[in-house]
Amino acid sequence: MAENTNAAGEVAAGAPPGMPQLNPDYFANQIFWLIVTLLVIYFVLSRVALPRIAAILAERQGTITNDIAAAEDLKAKAEAAEAAYEKALADARAEAQRIAGETKAAIQADLDVAIEKADAEIAAKAAESEKAIAEIRAGAQDAVKEVAKDAAHDIVALMGGKADEKAITAAVNDRMKG
Amino acid sequence: MEGELAHIGAGLAAIGSGAAAIGVGHVAGNFLAGALRNPSAAAGQTATLFIGIAFAEALGIFSFLVALLLMFAV
Amino acid sequence: MADEATSGGGLSFKPMDQFEVKALFGGDIGMFTITNVTLWLALAVLAVIGLLVLTTSKRETVPGRGQSIAELMYGFVYKMVEDVTGKDGIKYFPYIMTLFMFILCANFLGLIPMSFTTTSHIAVTAVLGFGVFIAVTVLGFVKNGASFLSLFWVSSAPLPLRPILAIIEVISYFVRPVSHSIRLAGNMMAGHAVLKVFAGFAQVAVIAPVAIVGVMAIYGLEVLVSAIQAYVFTILTCVYLKDALHPHH
Repeated sequence: MAENTNAAGEVAAGAPPGMPQLNPDYFANQIFWLIVTLLVIYFVLSRVALPRIAAILAERQGTITNDIAAAEDLKAKAEAAEAAYEKALADARAEAQRIAGETKAAIQADLDVAIEKADAEIAAKAAESEKAIAEIRAGAQDAVKEVAKDAAHDIVALMGGKADEKAITAAVNDRMKG
Repeated sequence: MEGELAHIGAGLAAIGSGAAAIGVGHVAGNFLAGALRNPSAAAGQTATLFIGIAFAEALGIFSFLVALLLMFAV
Repeated sequence: MADEATSGGGLSFKPMDQFEVKALFGGDIGMFTITNVTLWLALAVLAVIGLLVLTTSKRETVPGRGQSIAELMYGFVYKMVEDVTGKDGIKYFPYIMTLFMFILCANFLGLIPMSFTTTSHIAVTAVLGFGVFIAVTVLGFVKNGASFLSLFWVSSAPLPLRPILAIIEVISYFVRPVSHSIRLAGNMMAGHAVLKVFAGFAQVAVIAPVAIVGVMAIYGLEVLVSAIQAYVFTILTCVYLKDALHPHH
């Protein structure tokens, strides 16, 4: 094994040694092409790729922000519409209440007038009736006075006396008062 | 004879790779232990974890390199 | 190991052959030769363009599948930069995104069988690592002047300890690019070499089923490692950048 390795080392002496990484003959070539590669990648990235991706990301951010703003706007509009609807509803309710109140008041007024009128009529009728009753009563008293005078006159006549008209009237009047 | 000694030396140098493995395991294990205690703080420390692993591993790579040099370049 | 000498032993492992740099059209490998490195780096560029440019060409407000992936990657790295470095680190986001996308695509392309893993080469990752290191250091001095040095002067430590800590901090600062680049290359190289070794075991008929299941398991692990290494490289870059922007402890 040792001979083999030594032989290998001797064989490889002219050719590259065991590790190609350590052969300085290749360094210049690798370094040159590496620097070319890095420069190409750097220019591609800094001129084309990175600005483009940054623009895409910024645009997306802008789109998202705009969409969110639009959504907020629509939400605010919806809320405003809801508030307007609520207000209209409240107004209508108030109007209805007002109309109902007015109607009630008008009906009440009519009713009051009618009741008053009815009361007045009733009162007039009652007064009339009372008057009629008073007349009837007065008529009745006169009739009673007449009957009492006649009766007293007749009684006195039956007694055989001569009835004094004036005394009988005074007596009847006196009794009627009492 | 010289080549044999070089091979023995390469084998000895390769032990360093195992030592680096212990170091990497230590870093990762301690990170996991800490992350399980406080998972919310773990996400921010993954960069530190990788840096720690890289530093621990670098020394193992050095010993591996010494082994390679002994095998192929001496 | 990488020749016929061992083939007599029955098993032949060639885990390092996959990392060989070859000229695609023959000839010696000079600085500008088109090699398999060039090919796979170019494919990584195409993958990045396909992932981030072609998928977003319609600019849909509601993203489709491809565009979601592009946006996810953008958001992932953007959030990482913002979280780690703060608001003033955002202007370095394209550089960090470049690093992340390159490493991610190169790692994943390297997992295609018979492909070449560019990020497994130390020359490649060292350019990335030292590039980050130099850029961050220069940036730190430009932004903060001499007060950038307070990064090494731990003012919360007791006074007698501070010089010692300063030395340690300086050393660890200069080790950063080394570990940064070797971590990536080492992970990629190790994973692919292990895959090759397991595949080598499949030469023996008795253990071939086990070896194939092992290859599948390691392959799954490698997919995870590819993504995690890209993430780790990127987040460490962010951490270094944060140190340069805010050096005070």
